[in-house]
Amino acid sequence: MRRFYWGLVLVPLAILAVLYLYPLGTVLWLSVTEPRPGLQNFARLTESAALQRILWNTARISIITTVVALIAGYAIAYALVHMQGTRRTIMLAGLLASFWLSVLIRSFAWLTLLQSRGVINSSLMGIGVIDAPLPLVRNEFGVILGMVHYMIPYAALPIFASMASMDQRLVPAARSLGAGGWQAFRRVFLPLSLPGVLSAAVLCFIFSLGFYVTPALLGGGRVIMVAEYIAVQIQETLNWGLGTMLATTLLLSVLLLLAAVSRLVDMRTLFGAK
Amino acid sequence: MRDPGLRGSAFSGWVVLLFLVLPIAVVVPVSFTPERFLSLPGATWSLRHYQALLDDPSWVEALRDSLIVALGATAVAVALGTAAAVGCWRISSRLSEFIRLVMLLPIIVPAVVHALGFYRAWVGFGLIDTHAGLIAAHAMKGMPYVLITVSAALADFDQRLEMAARSLGASPARAMRSVVLPAARPGILAGSAFAFVTSWDELVVTLFITGRGVITLPRRIWDGVQDNISPTVAAVATLLIGVTLLATLLLARRRG
Repeated sequence: MRRFYWGLVLVPLAILAVLYLYPLGTVLWLSVTEPRPGLQNFARLTESAALQRILWNTARISIITTVVALIAGYAIAYALVHMQGTRRTIMLAGLLASFWLSVLIRSFAWLTLLQSRGVINSSLMGIGVIDAPLPLVRNEFGVILGMVHYMIPYAALPIFASMASMDQRLVPAARSLGAGGWQAFRRVFLPLSLPGVLSAAVLCFIFSLGFYVTPALLGGGRVIMVAEYIAVQIQETLNWGLGTMLATTLLLSVLLLLAAVSRLVDMRTLFGAK
Repeated sequence: MRDPGLRGSAFSGWVVLLFLVLPIAVVVPVSFTPERFLSLPGATWSLRHYQALLDDPSWVEALRDSLIVALGATAVAVALGTAAAVGCWRISSRLSEFIRLVMLLPIIVPAVVHALGFYRAWVGFGLIDTHAGLIAAHAMKGMPYVLITVSAALADFDQRLEMAARSLGASPARAMRSVVLPAARPGILAGSAFAFVTSWDELVVTLFITGRGVITLPRRIWDGVQDNISPTVAAVATLLIGVTLLATLLLARRRG
């Protein structure tokens, strides 16, 4: 009967191997064989200033996005655990609804607001605050705004889960022993919530690294992150060697990052598998 | 005595919520503008962009393609993910744990990376720009979510109940149907929701492996945003926001 259960595992695994692992392997393979075998594609990482600028853009935007999303996510998670009744339901529903809403719609909404004839600029010009439209989009500001907006629920939900599982009597206990509000937060609540913050940080950062839709729409071709650059290499210049090399680099960065934090965070809790 | 610090934290929580919700909400009035460009409606509100939506068959076709692909991908993802989760749950050895980790890859790997792989492989398989090809790719992306939610549903389920069913003479398949699957039901339902939404919203892989034959709603929106942004897209966005809101409320009510 063990054969029955192994069958249940091996059939999906075989299908995954053909329809997923093989395509993924193709990308890795092409990165060292296209146009000819060798590591010359990877050598370009050290030679090309343009590539380095794109990778640095990607890393910088991802770091800023992660930090801002963590702060905002922490604030809303903290408010949620200390709230009851209808207010809590409303806040949680708003957070979940924005979590479920498609990234494309959300980027489109920002575009509606931020473009030069968009809602913000035309309103400000209408009441005479500014004469010319502010450059709110097609720049790094717009990209980071859109990405932070997308990432806040991903940051807030793991933090909220770790705060909610905490013993809620600990802070009152610290207070009754004479700690001030800030002291009780900093010495008791904050350290206990850090595992959730770390999970959220990893999640936000690796998602940000591979972001495509938001930078493409809100960056408008001026702020290019690595995912969009890869897409251009394949779809427009047909440069498979360079495209797959960057894809491999992106994949390895994500996996190395996960391996590095796996000592601190249980991977299975990170992706909800436990 | 209410803590003043808590009032401050509630305030910052509401500020973050407004930041999340308001920019999205702006799309709704914009979709009722009488103008031909994106703008807030003044005194007169108009349904012309909703009318334009109905008049343009490409939107209805996109809705149809999205539904076909999302339902197909969900069915495949649920079948494979549930089977794998039940098998791993019952075997629970180091090897099966490792296999489960491998099966999570599609949600760890950045979308653009596997999009290149799908593109290349699908050319070989003859699956480019077909419904079957997109269903297969989306099913791979949805399967890990089903695996996760079904595993979570079974985590607290006593394996001895399945053994008891077997010792009473049930075949493995019968024990699976009558004992294990009912216990996994909440996980299967949650996993279906995740798999469906994953396919419904998916754009990056779709951009690589479809052409003119299959145009899903996200791709139609993407095309609409690329050439010139008309308020018709705002009308579509408004409808999708409504659906998402409704689904979230229904799910929240189910969970209590």
